[in-house]
Amino acid sequence: MPDNSLLIKNGHVVDPSQDLDAVRDILIENGKIAAIGARADADVVIDAAGKHVFPGLVDARVFVGEPGGEHRETIASASNAAAKGGVTSFIMMPETDPVIDDVSLVDFVRRAARDDAQVRVYPAASVTKGLAGEELTEFGLLQEAGAVMLTEGRRSITNNLVLRRALTYARDFDLVISKETIDPALSSNGVMNEGVNATHMGLPGIPREAEIIVLERDLRLAALTGGNYHAAKISTSDSAEAIQKYKQLGHAVTCGISINHLTLNENDIGRYRTYLRLQPPLRHEDDRQAMIEALNSGVIDIIVSSHDPHDVDEKRHPFSEAADGAIGLETVFTAAMRLYHNDEVTLMRLIDALSTRPAKIFGLEAGSLKPGSNADLFIADLEMPWIVEEADIVSKSKNTPFEGERFSGKVLQTLVGGVTVYQENS
Amino acid sequence: MANEISSSLKVFNQRHLLGIADLSPHEIQYLLDKANDAVSVSRQQEKKKNVLRGRTQINLFFEASTRTQSSFELAGKRLGADVMNMSVGSSSVKKGETLIDTAMTLNAMQPDLLVVRHQSAGAVELLANKVGCSVINAGDGAHEHPTQALLDALTIQRSKGSIAGLIVTICGDILHSRVARSNIILLNALGARVRVVAPSTLLPAGIDRLGVEVFRDMKEGLKDADIVMMLRLQRERMSGALIPSVREYFRYFGLDAEKLNYAKSDALVMHPGPMNRGVEISSDVADGPQSVIETQVEMGVAVRMAVIEALIDNGGANA
Repeated sequence: MPDNSLLIKNGHVVDPSQDLDAVRDILIENGKIAAIGARADADVVIDAAGKHVFPGLVDARVFVGEPGGEHRETIASASNAAAKGGVTSFIMMPETDPVIDDVSLVDFVRRAARDDAQVRVYPAASVTKGLAGEELTEFGLLQEAGAVMLTEGRRSITNNLVLRRALTYARDFDLVISKETIDPALSSNGVMNEGVNATHMGLPGIPREAEIIVLERDLRLAALTGGNYHAAKISTSDSAEAIQKYKQLGHAVTCGISINHLTLNENDIGRYRTYLRLQPPLRHEDDRQAMIEALNSGVIDIIVSSHDPHDVDEKRHPFSEAADGAIGLETVFTAAMRLYHNDEVTLMRLIDALSTRPAKIFGLEAGSLKPGSNADLFIADLEMPWIVEEADIVSKSKNTPFEGERFSGKVLQTLVGGVTVYQENS
Repeated sequence: MANEISSSLKVFNQRHLLGIADLSPHEIQYLLDKANDAVSVSRQQEKKKNVLRGRTQINLFFEASTRTQSSFELAGKRLGADVMNMSVGSSSVKKGETLIDTAMTLNAMQPDLLVVRHQSAGAVELLANKVGCSVINAGDGAHEHPTQALLDALTIQRSKGSIAGLIVTICGDILHSRVARSNIILLNALGARVRVVAPSTLLPAGIDRLGVEVFRDMKEGLKDADIVMMLRLQRERMSGALIPSVREYFRYFGLDAEKLNYAKSDALVMHPGPMNRGVEISSDVADGPQSVIETQVEMGVAVRMAVIEALIDNGGANA
């Protein structure tokens, strides 16, 4: 049972939803924010002096192994990882086995989340049945059952007509279609960014155009249909330019980026480190810098962890035979703090992109510490140094691209609905 | 000169031979000098040395190769090692055993040296990180094939005296070629001018930044060349995806007597084998007076003897 009232006092609160960046006390009652900035007494008091308090992060792109791949990650283990990383809400991708393309499966995720998860887990449903890219799923019924997003997971819908109809039909339900943008033929057997690095390593490359061409097609169809379109993970400067153009034209388009593409580049792959094999591939430093700029200007709306657990069976292989993807729930905040410490992005913009904006785009009750909001928040020490070590990872899979990395900034305590779901033991 | 250095200082400090990119020019020259000595061993009636007596060498080939595997086998045996060949078809790997499982299994057999070929770039290094003995890369994907580059260099050096200043033209499927990559690195390290000639579909992105001049016209690329190095065109690349047909390829990029005339009159013709006669090279050139293709095979054994001995001398087995 949650205590009736809880006061987090003296913390430096950063809340983009109310443009707040100051030391404030936060009073929580019955799982909701009751007051902010007012003097109050409470049953329990947490002193956050010298620490920061943020609205809980909202991660709009999380792959989980349940159902069908529980050895990689369950809803419960992902939620533990999320709690540790300050993520209090996440949207779970439908690329499971079976695919979340039916009301009963959305219901399954909702029940598993209710019973096993410490954080709020929202299901996304697939755009087409079985992710086959042909027949549309029941958007309306799926939404009623609790799906908050439509997505085709890692796949691009290659049939233009199918995508056109999906965008058109989803508009009627005000559902957002979130898509990855990679041309399967152009990227074919590629495993890293095309260029001199790939050539030197003898690895087949993926050209930037594999992303840009699909994105530009998607944007044209979004404009044609008036549908709500979200490019899930962009990675090139040309992609940002295309998004900017369609935003300026007034279309309902948004886009995200994975924290990996903001903090790493292709050189970090080093000597064939498969944990840095990602989709889209890590790009050249020029593109990373362009992504920072696009995040600052608001062309890129949100940051995702793109948490994608793979066990050693899928990663301890030669680079070109390994699976794409890296875990990220536990490190997304701390990696973002690197951008803050390097003066690349402001704290306000980072929390906006990690919490307030994604909640808004996908219509989730999250991302704000205004009175009346869910008391989903976390307390962090922005200076605390730590090293990412495999032994400390709570996710079932250990494929972090940041293994051995030194970070400044750590989540100390995470609350969901006023209840502590994670506390750093120091 | 390099010999003086090698006798006074320890120039070769590698535990494995994973790629030419890991070697300094001195280390390359040290191996070439050592290989040059090994040539005479192979030409004696008594070809067997005892330096590796009691040592175990395992040749682990995930990709079939008759030539390279037998060359390594002979090299090991001439040094007195016990040599075991293991061919692991990629299919049996797909049945579940990962590369690392295979590595651990072999490691438990306490070999002194593993010679590994694998279809994926970086695979041999991955394996080398997991075992307790020295590892030689016998070719990993499109990445490196260091002993091939060394044997090519030895062949050139014995014929031309020095590699510095020579114009070396590498022709053919650069995109998929580990031989090309290792040669580009080695020849640059020893001061040659390297050219590549290929249709643009068989050139990897950014190749011009690896220290080569790029030509699409073979005659221009061959002009005044001292060395003409032809690459094998894999059958599966000929299917129309990267080049439309064999006859078109041969017309523009196959080495025949007419095109060879553009190179220097004493230019050497090389090929890592096995050759596709009539695809990348015509028979009269392959068998002609300028061809050193058979010499390359002989140098292959010598280079591999030198590399094996150098690694074992470094105590790779116990390190």
